[in-house]
Amino acid sequence: MSNASLFDLAEGSSRRTGSPPVVALAGNPNTGKSTIFNLLTGLRQHTGNWPGKTVLVSSGSYYYQKQEYQLVDLPGTYSLLANSPDEESASEFLCFARPRATVVVADATCLERNLNLVLQVLEITTSLIVCVNLLDEAKRKKIFIDIKGLEAELGVPVIAAVASRGKGISQLKEAIKKMVEGKTCVQPRSITYDPEVEKALQQIEKQIAGKGGAFPVNCRWLALRMLEGDAGLLKKAAEYKNLEEISVWGQNLPKP
Amino acid sequence: MIKMTDLPVRARGRICCLAAEGTMRRRLMDLGFVPGTEVETVRRRPGGGLAVYLLRGTMIALRKGQSDYIYIERSGYFE
Repeated sequence: MSNASLFDLAEGSSRRTGSPPVVALAGNPNTGKSTIFNLLTGLRQHTGNWPGKTVLVSSGSYYYQKQEYQLVDLPGTYSLLANSPDEESASEFLCFARPRATVVVADATCLERNLNLVLQVLEITTSLIVCVNLLDEAKRKKIFIDIKGLEAELGVPVIAAVASRGKGISQLKEAIKKMVEGKTCVQPRSITYDPEVEKALQQIEKQIAGKGGAFPVNCRWLALRMLEGDAGLLKKAAEYKNLEEISVWGQNLPKP
Repeated sequence: MIKMTDLPVRARGRICCLAAEGTMRRRLMDLGFVPGTEVETVRRRPGGGLAVYLLRGTMIALRKGQSDYIYIERSGYFE
């Protein structure tokens, strides 16, 4: 399935009430995203890890308690700040297609390095569920994860899983259901930058809000990217309705 | 303070700063090369150039062109 049709699908789900809610699966490479994707959907998406493999996001659907969910498997990335085509497509999907819930799959054996992406996703969307996978392997390495503590620190649901043995999948389905239905109380950890950066952000955000009013993107996140001078993302923004003006304005901002 | 490129195999150090800017800096930090992080050189290709580093529980291979940007404070050998 091409990226373009997936975006239609995601946008449709937020507008039409009849179509299934879209849930995105993100995470670092090799954390078991595709394993979880296959478990949920029953599909056999090929897994493997080399650059450019999953540039095209794949999608499938599953039913949970008579409700259909559309699951989108994003390419594995270390970051949302685009360096490669796969990172670009992941961040573009999360920013512009705005899935109803996002699951970030994290590797319990090196959780620390996975939290970078968690925080980055948290800046785009607060409808986030963290799935700590590979807990069996972590245990073997004598690593024990304080799931409740992590949940308190991040302010979003954290699910423990051993996807290769199907553990935690039903809890994950339940968490996704609650998130989509808006029954999850999230108090996400917000990232505050230096006063100088915050001041600049506020100014840009005000401009974005003034230019065109209500388009469905996260203004703060877009402002952050503009401040960074992320030209690629701004060019992408031009392809979306109501965002053309902002894109042009953003690209003409003085370089940092 | 030495370049990470010059950190001998099996030696350990702590990252003190990154000399890179822009996307290169971003990329290195996304991979976990953040000041304060402990790294160890696992192996290096004969003649240098390409090396594998262990940091935050993961091995990452970098070329000289990237590891030259990372500055290390030596902290000893890994037993």
